[in-house]
Amino acid sequence: MDADVPLLRARGVSRYYGARVGCRDVGLDLWPGEVLGIVGESGSGKTTLLGCLSGRLEPSAGTVEFRQRDDRVMDVLRMPEPALRKLARTDWGIVHQNPRDGLRLGVSAGANVGERLMALGARHYGRIREAAVDWLDRVEIDRERVDDWPETFSSGMQQRLQIARTLVTEPRLVFMDEPTGGLDVSVQARLLDLLRRLVTDLGLSAIIVTHDLAVTRLLAHRLLVMRGGEVVESGLTDQVLDDPQHPYTQLLVSSVLQP
Amino acid sequence: MSGDAHDPALLVEGLHKTFTLHTQGGIQLPVLRGVDLAVYPGECVALTDPSGSGKSTLLRAVYANYRPQRGRIVVSHDGRPVDMVVAAPRELLAVRQRTIGYVSQFLRVIPRVPTLEVVIDPLRAFGIDRDTALRRGRALLARLRIPERLWSLSPVTFSGGEQQRVNLARGFIGDFPIFLLDEPTASLDVASRAIVVDLIHDALARRAAIVGAFHDAEVRQAVATRTVTLHGREAAA
Repeated sequence: MDADVPLLRARGVSRYYGARVGCRDVGLDLWPGEVLGIVGESGSGKTTLLGCLSGRLEPSAGTVEFRQRDDRVMDVLRMPEPALRKLARTDWGIVHQNPRDGLRLGVSAGANVGERLMALGARHYGRIREAAVDWLDRVEIDRERVDDWPETFSSGMQQRLQIARTLVTEPRLVFMDEPTGGLDVSVQARLLDLLRRLVTDLGLSAIIVTHDLAVTRLLAHRLLVMRGGEVVESGLTDQVLDDPQHPYTQLLVSSVLQP
Repeated sequence: MSGDAHDPALLVEGLHKTFTLHTQGGIQLPVLRGVDLAVYPGECVALTDPSGSGKSTLLRAVYANYRPQRGRIVVSHDGRPVDMVVAAPRELLAVRQRTIGYVSQFLRVIPRVPTLEVVIDPLRAFGIDRDTALRRGRALLARLRIPERLWSLSPVTFSGGEQQRVNLARGFIGDFPIFLLDEPTASLDVASRAIVVDLIHDALARRAAIVGAFHDAEVRQAVATRTVTLHGREAAA
């Protein structure tokens, strides 16, 4: 694999909602094994940007390129719909803020994890179940719960199940939208520790949208700070948090307790 | 590290760093005003300015934690020069992984992560296999007198001195060619300070280039091969 071509490259990505700006003229490179955090307050455009990068939202302008396993660079925004769906099922994973958006609530925990494997062609029931149980272990869900429906799980368990369902296919790029949002603090700490280990052990590349600067300190190598749809500052995570340059970043950093 | 033995491992030229506090009326704090420094393999340079004069700022700038406005910070990384002021983020990460170790007095504690994992983290990031990393981690924790029963616990509940010793184990576990030491012995007892002095001597024997701030005069005298001030000339040792 050519190490000098980024995994994901975006240029001039803009998205307007009528006259309102969702995001404007955003460019970024994501390298293999790198975790990029996108921070900003509600309405800063970070979720819009994530939607555009992951092919779920059509930008008004700009390009997004993804380097596939065979090193071919694909134009994400101009891919035929079936190819994009296949990409979303295989090389990409999406972790939604609300686990209910990423899970199928009416089937068992094991089936939720196994389903993504079956979509890739796995047919051997025993092996699929084995992989599902293995992943429940990895996200610290009791394997006895493999046949239970996610509806009976706590929100923290649901979020961990969504992560297992997403990572079981070993995606090369994971998009996460506020993965720790709405969870109790102790549950957040457990999930962060889990994500941190998975990112290191699997060498995941990920883009994480969050308003929680402490989350980025733990998980992200680099940060983009967004305000009003535009990137106002970027750099290594500790650079942005310890020596913020832009007035807005300084305000963000000085407004939280020990980021 | 390859390259000429007479080349500095770290070269700082004309470094300027001013902080602008936008949330406090845009106050400007000029801290570094044209700092020059060269550090060669096998020497330990002690910065002797009084506190508040920018020693930490310089060390953080060299680690690319702070972003200077002007000047160069050239380090010898994988046998070629890298300017930390202008290098791309992923190059900075590579320099931190393989070339520069930074040790401060404060441990950034992560909830739920056991002490031993905190210590071996830099080696794992470097790509060293887990067994080797664990062996070195255990040896270093024992050397720094952290009781074995604490190794599997998160340092969250440790005393300040224990956390600092965990941080030192983490800081010294890698064989970095360059070390930045920001008050590494600040709140340690006498016995622990002596161990840190030994660790620094070990690094010097490996021909590491070291620059640091050592508030403790005894430690400074024991480790420094040369003393300098940020904006002046060589100071008396």
